[in-house]
Amino acid sequence: MGRKTPGLNTSSMSDISFLLLAFFLLVSNINTDQGIARRLPPPLPPNQDKPPEVKERNIFVVKINSKDRLLFNGEVGDISDLKDRAKEFLGNPNNDPSLPEKIDMDIPLLGNMKVSKGIISLQNDRGTSYDMYVAVQNELTVAINEMRNELSYEKFGRKYVDLNDSQAEAIDQAIPIAISEAEPTKIGDKK
Amino acid sequence: MARFTGKKKKETPGLNMGSMSDIIFMLLFFFMTITTMRESSLYITIKVPSATETVKLEKKSLVSYINVGIPMQGEMQKKYGTESRIQLNDMISEVSDIPLFVETEINDRVEADRPFVTFSIKADKDTRMGLISDIKQELRNSGAFKIFYNAAKGTRK
Repeated sequence: MGRKTPGLNTSSMSDISFLLLAFFLLVSNINTDQGIARRLPPPLPPNQDKPPEVKERNIFVVKINSKDRLLFNGEVGDISDLKDRAKEFLGNPNNDPSLPEKIDMDIPLLGNMKVSKGIISLQNDRGTSYDMYVAVQNELTVAINEMRNELSYEKFGRKYVDLNDSQAEAIDQAIPIAISEAEPTKIGDKK
Repeated sequence: MARFTGKKKKETPGLNMGSMSDIIFMLLFFFMTITTMRESSLYITIKVPSATETVKLEKKSLVSYINVGIPMQGEMQKKYGTESRIQLNDMISEVSDIPLFVETEINDRVEADRPFVTFSIKADKDTRMGLISDIKQELRNSGAFKIFYNAAKGTRK
């Protein structure tokens, strides 16, 4: 038998791998991006130059001007009122004739539901700040999420986020994200 | 006599550190797989607006970023000015570059994933909506309908 080969001293190996680990922890990021998801409408077909007409009672117009001020259906408003206005508009609890119509719809899991035909029309200026735009989108999302939560509690006894996929889909159908965006105006454009 | 009097030093056996490095390597691989490397270095500064109703961006491999912000101070500002600009991958770009960008980004994915590609608009909060609207219009015309407004989790105004 030959002589025993002396064992390698591997105690510093772990130090080296620790260094590597620390390096990777520094250069990589786990942070998940957060934000608001939206779906853009497909472009209008070329032979149709005007979108279909919508009755006035079914539209809630939100305008943001180049100074980030808001106009709801022609009246000056504040962003703190936007959520309640949007909820009132989309919900129309007292079937007010000036608020949107509802249509009957059969939705799996929920049965016959009255779905609002209301559309929130969002129009901004080219000079509006992105900050304000996201704030308005956020308020509208708050309104929709609150309504979805209420319906979800009523029907399933749980929060919307805790629902399974088919239940969430049913709620989505009953309360759709009805936000339409108009072409921006060009008053505040510097170019 | 030595057998009785000589104090035999009883050494505590050293801990076997051989597997330590294996454990650390496992940790290393774990972190390497769950994290993503930082995206291409930005030439613009972006402070995203804050929102409360944010959702997490799922499936990072299906996300393409459109960065919008003010060019960094110094060289970049001399070259590109102080107005918000678009950065696609590693280049400061124009709105007219977006259709090509969308096409290459979508074609880079395997066929099954293509309808699910999300374009995340990561824009500075002081950007004017004119630019954002132009971007959205280009995305819409190029068939990219899933978009995402990047925002930080914050408080309501």
